[in-house]
Amino acid sequence: MKDMIEDRAGATDRPLLTVEGLAKYYGGRIGCEEVSFDLYPGEVMGIVGESGSGKTTLLNCLAGHLAPDTGRVLFDRAGQMVDTVTMSEPERRMLGRTDWAFVHQHAHEGLRMNVSAGGNVGERLMGLGARHYGDIRAKAEDWLGRVEIAADRMDDRPKAFSGGMRQRLQIARNLVTGPRLVFMDEPTGGLDVSVQARLLDLLRGLVREMGLSAIIVTHDLAVVRLLADRLMVMKSGHVVETGLTDQVLDDPQHAYTQLLVSSVLQV
Amino acid sequence: MSVEQIAGEYNFAYLDEQTKRMIRRALLKALAIPGYQVPFASREMPMPYGWGTGGVQISAAIMVPEDRFKVIDQGADDTTNAVSIRRFFEKVAQVETTEKTAEATVIQTRHRIPERDLTEGQVLVYQVPIPEPLRFLEPSEVETRKMHALEEYGLMHVKLYEDIARHGEIATAYAYPVKVEGRYVMDPSPIPKFDNPKLEMAGIQLFGAGREQRIYALPPYCEVVSLDFEDYPFTRMRAEHCCDLCGAEESYLDEVITDDAGGRMFVCSDTDFCGERRAAGHLGPLGVAENAA
Repeated sequence: MKDMIEDRAGATDRPLLTVEGLAKYYGGRIGCEEVSFDLYPGEVMGIVGESGSGKTTLLNCLAGHLAPDTGRVLFDRAGQMVDTVTMSEPERRMLGRTDWAFVHQHAHEGLRMNVSAGGNVGERLMGLGARHYGDIRAKAEDWLGRVEIAADRMDDRPKAFSGGMRQRLQIARNLVTGPRLVFMDEPTGGLDVSVQARLLDLLRGLVREMGLSAIIVTHDLAVVRLLADRLMVMKSGHVVETGLTDQVLDDPQHAYTQLLVSSVLQV
Repeated sequence: MSVEQIAGEYNFAYLDEQTKRMIRRALLKALAIPGYQVPFASREMPMPYGWGTGGVQISAAIMVPEDRFKVIDQGADDTTNAVSIRRFFEKVAQVETTEKTAEATVIQTRHRIPERDLTEGQVLVYQVPIPEPLRFLEPSEVETRKMHALEEYGLMHVKLYEDIARHGEIATAYAYPVKVEGRYVMDPSPIPKFDNPKLEMAGIQLFGAGREQRIYALPPYCEVVSLDFEDYPFTRMRAEHCCDLCGAEESYLDEVITDDAGGRMFVCSDTDFCGERRAAGHLGPLGVAENAA
């Protein structure tokens, strides 16, 4: 395979995702630039920064929704690092249905609003060839239970769900095929604080239980404090600081990070 | 040759030669890739969209003076749509028309496949309102084309899943999605699912959607599989009745309300089939023998 750079099978400490020199420009403007990092299996990385700092652009480039202008995004597939930027579109879409998952900020972007909750969860299974109604339904029910949606709401459409339930449904829909890497774009945005807390609790449980790797984009420092192992701070399309979450939040080095941390309201 | 004579040999059957060429090319491509929707430059026809403009254009493009033409609407030869399209071709192409399925070479149809098996050499032309089977699940044409190209058909089963979840069975009764030659998922136009097994036939089947500007086709003896689940297999559906006029037990029936006191009768939706049976002496519970009438 031409995208393969080297076979590192056997190494236990090899990264799941390697990003090298990623850049995306909108005409003359910088979307994001010179982004490089490694993400290891089971690790959760937070990307924080103000609006317009390039967080979402970066996430969309990583997840294959946007084509980056330069750089490589290498993903570990069966022991081989393949470049997801240059791989064919069918392969990339296949990754998006199997090993990857994407949780949108607005649940309605990630859900089919006119399809029942069970159908929403089952779609990825059917997309991978599941053709047994009973099995699909049993699996959907199991996953709805895991995200705390009662079984009797299974045949309701997401339109009849609250914001928090929709977000949980979106998570179930994404995790049902057992992905290895989850991209999350402001997963708690637009939810009230108590619902946020419950969702975060749920996410933390699922991530630990399934050994998921995740990249979480947010401007909410509390979210990364709870979920992320590592943190990347972005400003004007550049990464200005990286480090362990507690280290970055408790002892910020860069002026912007200091500003960000001190801007959080204390109750 | 005079100009009139040459003109007489050109422009047979309403459409100009360039248009026919364009449509025939689309038809050839459609036959080469069974189930694939080929875009074509649909023309304005002297009838409104939804009245079979796609089917009429295909019929006009393939018709030769020796053809015998039949039009059915919901199986019947005598409904407005069928009568006006038949008259149209009588007028603009002077082709012979017939109501007999066995005698026709080109049959234009809306919502039914004739009961009588078609033979090699016969062509069935369907009028299609919405050619895209994924349309009501995925509104984006860009996305649905991509899904066809990459064979991502999981969504089609989501529709069937929803049917079972809500109705306890696959409630889709018409326009039941099929997979053609193991590749393309196709909308067989709004025929009842009773007719789905008949899509594997000896005749050529051409599908024309005028407003949506798509042509697709099934060559003879093409493999056509109705989608289903392992534990909810595809089933044909038919009213539990026999035809009240001809007594047929196997044909697709229409329910006809006869009064406002709950009276009703079931009759074959295929009028030619029903008429032939009655002429052969078959009689249903409410039928009247032909010579007695």
